[in-house]
Amino acid sequence: MIIYLIYKITLIVIILLMSLLIAMYATLVERKFAGFIQDRYGPDRAGPWGILQPVCDGVKLFFKEEYMPNTADKFLYILGPCLTMMVALLTSAVIPWGGTITIAGYNFPLQVASSSIDILYIFAVVSMGVYGIMIGGWASNNKFALLGAVRASSQMISYELAMALSIASVIMMTGTLSLQETVNQQHTIWNVVYQPLAFLIFFICALAETNRAPFDLPECEAELVGGYHTEYSAMKLGFYLFSEYINMFISSAVISTIFFGGYNMPFISNLGLSENIVTLLGTAFLFVKIFAFILLFMWVRWTLPRFRYDQLMKLGWKILFPLALVNLIITGIVMLLK
Amino acid sequence: MTLTNRTKVVSNKQMTFVESLYLPAIFAGMWITIKHVFRKKITIKYPEQKREIADIYRGQHILKRDEQGRERCTACGLCALACPAEAITMIAAERIAGEEKLYREEKYAKVYEINMLRCIYCGLCESACPKEAIFLTQKIVDAEYTREAFIYGKDKLVEPIDMDKRIDVSKRQTDKVLKFKQLKHERHNI
Repeated sequence: MIIYLIYKITLIVIILLMSLLIAMYATLVERKFAGFIQDRYGPDRAGPWGILQPVCDGVKLFFKEEYMPNTADKFLYILGPCLTMMVALLTSAVIPWGGTITIAGYNFPLQVASSSIDILYIFAVVSMGVYGIMIGGWASNNKFALLGAVRASSQMISYELAMALSIASVIMMTGTLSLQETVNQQHTIWNVVYQPLAFLIFFICALAETNRAPFDLPECEAELVGGYHTEYSAMKLGFYLFSEYINMFISSAVISTIFFGGYNMPFISNLGLSENIVTLLGTAFLFVKIFAFILLFMWVRWTLPRFRYDQLMKLGWKILFPLALVNLIITGIVMLLK
Repeated sequence: MTLTNRTKVVSNKQMTFVESLYLPAIFAGMWITIKHVFRKKITIKYPEQKREIADIYRGQHILKRDEQGRERCTACGLCALACPAEAITMIAAERIAGEEKLYREEKYAKVYEINMLRCIYCGLCESACPKEAIFLTQKIVDAEYTREAFIYGKDKLVEPIDMDKRIDVSKRQTDKVLKFKQLKHERHNI
């Protein structure tokens, strides 16, 4: 029992640190990638290839002046970024990072919390994320911040529906809400083969949920100064910006798990390796998928211009939502006929 | 008459079904951006790499000395007059006995200041100078912390007296240039 307790705590700490580290270096990769796309090098002054750049950014954010508007609601103003950060980190709890490692007769599953409602949990927590933005934007007592917050909330509501419906068709197919179970069912064929449309809808909605271009209207530098974080400075601003990258990491993990077979590696069972090595290789493969998706997120961001607000709403309600419904119905019909 | 061969007639035609999906256009755009990732970067990494500068690049000024190390400038003020940015100011003084080694002619510039923030590096002072005293060089003006520091006096402008530390201006003081400066019918010599 005590071994499992220690094991779970270690796993939680590792996953937390890993999320933070990956988010930290995602900022550097993003800037490098943006640079490459624009025929530049990106940051390369701090350390070789700029690998110390995230550290410099962090130090800078820590030592900046902590400015708070005197008309702001003090409590909510501080609560906003904390909530965003917390919610962003919460989601990683249910993601199965790998199979089970067996050491001296003990089984150590590489998942912090395995339950039968993993997907529901993710949706519940992710939709909490908008509260951080809303509260922060409202508490700033700034028109731009409020507009950003309003946009964020309406965007979340419109895209959550299509997202949930696209996942619903996958759930109908797999018949489970447990992510571990979902991954195990994709041992031979990934879900994306059966549900390409659901994947497309889910990916677009994931872009909207993480507030990244082309759906970064809550920030929208060109119109709203900084959107919901206009009045934030120092590490509170850092929390907002940082949680965006954590969200991106978690979204990539969820997409890889639900649609791309999670830690399943094709043909790995034919190699005749020991169970533990297969598990570790699977985890590595999951991370390859996650990094690929993070890059895809960035690639999309530096390619597409921002949507206009009415176009965003139209896409969400008039295109993605009906499309997800149609997909759901088709899935149902196919399942009936089978 | 067409001004360019890149004109394109704008039309308001309805999008076809495939076009209205936007996905083909998005993938085309993403193909363009990913191609740029592997292109040669145009950045010049400044402190390590420097942009090549032409031999007659117009940078920071220099006040030349003659072969015997005497200042050529006689404070005639033609450079200040020619200067479109009014960056040059000077105070003239008379050479006293014993200073023949320092100044070539009886009058010299006691104070000679160029405001490097006002200067537009056009090189008109160089064209106007009848004594071949002022030249622009390839040196780029350094960054400073205050505006006052950009007013360069004689300490920064006059070239060193050592023969081997002299600045070579032969590239910009060619025979052609010298001949042009002496043409009597040109406006600058009337």
